[in-house]
Amino acid sequence: MCEFKLNQIVRKEELNPTVTKMEIYSPFIAKKAEPGEFIILRVDEKGERIPLTIAGYDREKGTVTIIFQIVGGTTMILNMLNEGDCLHDFVGPLGKATETEGLKKVAVVGGGVGCAIALPVAKKLHDNGCEVHSIVGFRNKDLVILEKEFTEASDKLVLMTDDGTYGQKGLVTNALEELIKEGNTYDEVIAIGPLIMMKFVTLLTKKYNIKTVVSMNPIMIDGTGMCGCCRLTVGGKTKFACVDGPDFDAFEVDFDEAISRSRSYTEFEARAREKACNLLKKEVK
Amino acid sequence: MPNMSLKKNPMPSLDANVRNKNFCEVALGYTKEMAIDEANRCLHCKNKPCVNGCPVGIDIPEFIAKIKEGDFEEAYNIIYKSSALPAVCGRVCPQESQCEGKCVRGIKGEPVGIGRLERFVADYHNNNCKELPAKPKSNGHKVAIIGSGPSGLTCAGKLALEGYEVTIFEALHMAGGVLVYGIPEFRLPKSIVQKEIDNLKALGVKVETNMVIGKVISIDELIKEYKFEAIFIGSGAGLPKFMGIPGENLKGVFSANEILTRVNLMKAYQPDSTTPVKNSKNVAVVGGGNVAMDAARCAKRLGAENVYIVYRRSLDELPARKEEVEHAMEEGIIFKVLTNPTEIIGDETGTASKMKCVEMVLGEPDASGRRKPIVKENSEFVMDVDCVIMALGTSPNPLIKNTTQGLDTEKWGGIITNEDGLTSREGIYAGGDAVTGAATVILAMGAGKKAAEAIDEYLKNK
Repeated sequence: MCEFKLNQIVRKEELNPTVTKMEIYSPFIAKKAEPGEFIILRVDEKGERIPLTIAGYDREKGTVTIIFQIVGGTTMILNMLNEGDCLHDFVGPLGKATETEGLKKVAVVGGGVGCAIALPVAKKLHDNGCEVHSIVGFRNKDLVILEKEFTEASDKLVLMTDDGTYGQKGLVTNALEELIKEGNTYDEVIAIGPLIMMKFVTLLTKKYNIKTVVSMNPIMIDGTGMCGCCRLTVGGKTKFACVDGPDFDAFEVDFDEAISRSRSYTEFEARAREKACNLLKKEVK
Repeated sequence: MPNMSLKKNPMPSLDANVRNKNFCEVALGYTKEMAIDEANRCLHCKNKPCVNGCPVGIDIPEFIAKIKEGDFEEAYNIIYKSSALPAVCGRVCPQESQCEGKCVRGIKGEPVGIGRLERFVADYHNNNCKELPAKPKSNGHKVAIIGSGPSGLTCAGKLALEGYEVTIFEALHMAGGVLVYGIPEFRLPKSIVQKEIDNLKALGVKVETNMVIGKVISIDELIKEYKFEAIFIGSGAGLPKFMGIPGENLKGVFSANEILTRVNLMKAYQPDSTTPVKNSKNVAVVGGGNVAMDAARCAKRLGAENVYIVYRRSLDELPARKEEVEHAMEEGIIFKVLTNPTEIIGDETGTASKMKCVEMVLGEPDASGRRKPIVKENSEFVMDVDCVIMALGTSPNPLIKNTTQGLDTEKWGGIITNEDGLTSREGIYAGGDAVTGAATVILAMGAGKKAAEAIDEYLKNK
């Protein structure tokens, strides 16, 4: 008999004040998960379904790692749970795994909490003998996560902060352009982070004509292809990120449309965040 | 003495202007007296044409005879032999084209209200009988059902009654398929679906939610590793279609599946829901089927001022049930027929604000036998809309097809089966929308029942 219950939080760790890592006991998903795939979870019976990319897995232990940024109502409530608590629903693995076959030299670019998703991709590439240059960017020193893990998974690591409080000062695009100018020729650039960051990485790599793959993060509900909420325009065609992606050829993605669609519920989200804040305050009292 | 009234006992229902502001069930159901009075309209024909019209072959005159006697529990037992979901079917079946369409009383006057009587019996049972059905003795054989919609639930119920160890695998967090995410609360209260699923669980059926078969476990693994001896695929047709017109990816444009999932499954209409749904003023629902009616009536209940059904053919060709169209009209839904959208136009924030349409005229019948809509020249006009819901139909999800070797499918994605529901793979059966494409609840149930009989036969002779 296993000591854990299904969907139980086996380990919880605060990576920085706004980012939390959880290991969830989910043996069926742990057995199948691949880098690039995601899960959908519901915290409680009244909860909404939110997508989170799989940040790691332990097939033997039967656990799946998720790393999330506390940005709104649901992630606040999720962060209130502790080791031993169970999530109401945890479903996956969903989406298509990142393609790593045949790649010899890759630049992996991660922004903020997107680094959590970029890490398993970098690891897999590195394990396959691919030369991995990782460029990870954060707003400031306090928000840096997974530095040690990236160091282990990369042949070269450039850490950037917007304000220069740690690593090099500047944006990930500055670092990437520098590496390209130094004469590094990449088979592919894999960019994972906020939409705006992925857009600017793409504008840069287009200039140098380096194949680029981005992991898109639209609004999702079911995550199995039955509603089209997560649809994007890719190469002029409508694609569902949950089943056709989330990885896409960056040169084909309509980023402006994706950015606009991501703002569909900002007002509602602000109210939900406030509600969760009030709930937290009550708990503290 | 039979009741020779030419008309059905009317169904009591909530006032249209009250109900279009809430999600309470519209039709209130017969009282005992109404049910007995309506049952007395049945002539108890010897050749029972109504039974032929029922896809699961309920012995209709027999159960109605028990209502006449006031023995409602016995009436329930008769229905339950053929249908595991009577409270659902009594509500959502298109009886006019099935059992009631064959009723001899319908030749002169209105047919017997078979659906309403079935619903009465099932509700009476659910309200008065607290006992759950007893679990039959196991025969030791394991069967897996993929999908917990009407076909899967029916197949599971039938097999469980025969003593099979049945496990249902459902991708969403709640069982019921279209009964929970698609059909709104005001047509089918979710507590009723839950009760029917509890009955199945009492029969020993295991329901595993959050299991996306094809991703977390493949069908071949279910057979090889988990030792299921037969599989029934009832995964439905859940992939929404879009028109492919400009502006379809603007904010405020949705598939009907998305709106219905937010509203029905995630309860976004409730104030304490954590799942948002957009508040809109002018909503256009494109399409004319039952799903379009459901989406339009939900939009009205969410507070929209003007809700339009935009349909390219005329009122006569609407594929939705007549009763649903009437209900929608009573609730104030505006029908813009012979109209087809050509473009959705957004405002400066990227939100839909207008929809360009053309008027249509009907030409000669096309391959489907319906008159073909043709664009009327110089008829372009613009509607003010801040929400567009596409209810254009759905197709089967390719996930199972793509992850199961040797499973033959049609070009459009439907799984190919013989008349017993057997696929191109031994021991693997399929039915419902996964085979036929989007159809009705009761046809899916009929397919589930047939496949259960075939699986029983197959495993007994193996």
